[in-house]
Amino acid sequence: MTAACAACVAVPSAQDIARDAAGEVVHLSLPGIHCAACIAGVERTLTSVPGIRAARVNLGRRRVRIVTAPDIGAAPALAALTAAGFEAHQLDDSIATPTGDDTGRTLLARIAVAGFAMMNVMALSVAVWSGASQTTEAMFHWVSAAIALPALAYAAVPFFSSAIGAIRGGRVNMDVPIALAILLASITSLHETIYSAGADTWFDAALSLTFFLLAGRYLDHRARATARSAAAELTALELPRATLIEGTTRRTVDVARILPGDHIALSVGARAPVDGTTLGPAILDRSALTGESAPVAIEAGAPICAGETVLDAPVTLRATARAADSTLRRLAALVEVAETGRHRYSGIADRAARLYAPLVHGLAALAFLGWWWGTGDAHLAIGIATAVLIITCPCALGLAVPAVTASVTGRLFRAGILLKSGTALERLAEVDCILIDKTGTLTEGTPRLPELDATAAGIALTLAQASSHPVSRAIAAALTGHTPVALDDIHETAGQGMTATWNGSPVALGRGPDGTVLTLPDCQIALNMAEHLRPGAADMIESLRSDGYDVHMLTGDRQQAADLLAARLGISHVHAGMQPQDKAALVAELTAQGRRVLMIGDGLNDTAALAAAHVSLAPATALDAARVASDGVVLASDLRAVPQSLRAARRALRRIRQNLAIAAGYNAIAIPIALAGLASPLTAAIAMSLSSVTVVGNAVRR
Amino acid sequence: MNILIVLIPVSITLGAAGLAACIWTLRHGQYEDLEGDAARILLDDREPDEPQ
Repeated sequence: MTAACAACVAVPSAQDIARDAAGEVVHLSLPGIHCAACIAGVERTLTSVPGIRAARVNLGRRRVRIVTAPDIGAAPALAALTAAGFEAHQLDDSIATPTGDDTGRTLLARIAVAGFAMMNVMALSVAVWSGASQTTEAMFHWVSAAIALPALAYAAVPFFSSAIGAIRGGRVNMDVPIALAILLASITSLHETIYSAGADTWFDAALSLTFFLLAGRYLDHRARATARSAAAELTALELPRATLIEGTTRRTVDVARILPGDHIALSVGARAPVDGTTLGPAILDRSALTGESAPVAIEAGAPICAGETVLDAPVTLRATARAADSTLRRLAALVEVAETGRHRYSGIADRAARLYAPLVHGLAALAFLGWWWGTGDAHLAIGIATAVLIITCPCALGLAVPAVTASVTGRLFRAGILLKSGTALERLAEVDCILIDKTGTLTEGTPRLPELDATAAGIALTLAQASSHPVSRAIAAALTGHTPVALDDIHETAGQGMTATWNGSPVALGRGPDGTVLTLPDCQIALNMAEHLRPGAADMIESLRSDGYDVHMLTGDRQQAADLLAARLGISHVHAGMQPQDKAALVAELTAQGRRVLMIGDGLNDTAALAAAHVSLAPATALDAARVASDGVVLASDLRAVPQSLRAARRALRRIRQNLAIAAGYNAIAIPIALAGLASPLTAAIAMSLSSVTVVGNAVRR
Repeated sequence: MNILIVLIPVSITLGAAGLAACIWTLRHGQYEDLEGDAARILLDDREPDEPQ
């Protein structure tokens, strides 16, 4: 940034600088905060933690910036916030931009300058149009020029630099006609001011053009910046750290630093960061890789793939590969290849611009040649060509799309859906077929036992702990946190289960007709590791079907388990036992039939399908590879946000189309007027302001 | 019309003062968290990030 920019750097107060220099600055992400009480709660919690000198919440970005005493780190702050009931994640400092948003500030400064100049010049134009005398008019033109030219030189820089870049690259973009119009308007108006040749000056038109287009550009920038910072936050949800065991000491290291042969401690619920082998027996949740919902028991020395979760007890992993070579990364690399195709999708704005730029240039050139040939007056012809360029300039076009996307993505973010890609909103609106992964998306990742009362849970826990059978170990793992109940005469009958006596009555945990059964003196409880539906899953399916979408369920799980769940939810299309490549193939098949597929999935086995689909969403609990492969993330744990966002996307696309139609309508009226040489700066000012205000008003109305 | 000699500079100066104020707010980061600042009006007067 140059010194000419008035607002490049937000100047922190001297006090802030002194305080920050002495301490350490940490950024935390707070996805759950939403109101004034949350701000007060978080700041009060943090400032009462010893070692934390200052905390400032940014509600818009759902973050808090903390200054701590040196070498304290984020741990005490995270602990205090979790204890106070706020979800908090540490942000990677390389991702969190402490200086804030320079581009946005510069754009705002340019808008302020253009707005100031526009208002003053317009006030002067009012005097000219209401009939000022010759001398007064000349003086007003000079004053207008003195305000407008420096203001344009500063405010219109983004258009000039983008236009020059495009021309250098041999392309024509939307900014070329804009820059040309501003430049031509300035030159002809200056010529008029100097020689008083009797033509109009266009200073106010050039300024209002710049002002409205900058406003559109700022909205666009804000939407993109929010998406970018949110995407960065998602990678920070899983800070790539692991606990390394060296002899008797443990320390936290960056996952990238793990070497084959290192020993890594995995706590219950932890994901393996790299491929390796276990040093003890363990129960694993492999659903992220295979989609299989049942936990898998493995013996000591068996391999674990990166991304698998330990369910029962802490184990030690001996790394056999570096993070970069692990299964997870290799699959993620495959996804990148599949993804490139989708980046070629061009949004409705691009298509409009591609149509628009040659049309405007052609019209302006035609106007110039026609009038020059007809009247032989080059000065008049240039004036009319300028009028055509200014009138057709895409104020409304430049605002039509960003105003809608900014307003809708903001609303979606508040509803818990985060769109990472700029065109995702439009692609969401085109969807007609929805594929949903079962394990981890419709259901919660880890299978859970049915609800048990404290006594039953205690008995089951004691019985399960006494056995080393995989099912017993899985049940014991699921019941951690309950207090074991003391039992007598515990016996294990191989293949049948455990029996014992409790207060003189027999109790048992064993094989029943449909899986594991807990037998108590007064009743029998089936202890199947049932999958629990995510909150809102049933409602989501119902509203998707009533909205007319074709809903399919995909799973790597057994047909029986899949059918059971599908029947509960009312899904008619079930695809069970699918390998990752089968899912991608199904997406490709549907796409070939002309369907626009929305894929919702969370696991590694879904990533190829996520990347291949027309548009894709992943829940926030998904593996980072799946989140990277998808266009958006459902931050809310409630799935009802999905049909809401689809509805919002369809409404947004309708609004965008309306806005483009309004802009085209204004142009259809204004262009003939300009071509006929009847356009005055007054018409231009009215047409431009009116169309811009209508378009923005249409975008923000609910 | 001589009054214009005075009035035009006055009006432009007033406009420029507004512009200067706007740029001052920009440089002090008042647009960093619009949503948060709107909510903060409901909080106590004491600056929450003041060392206590």
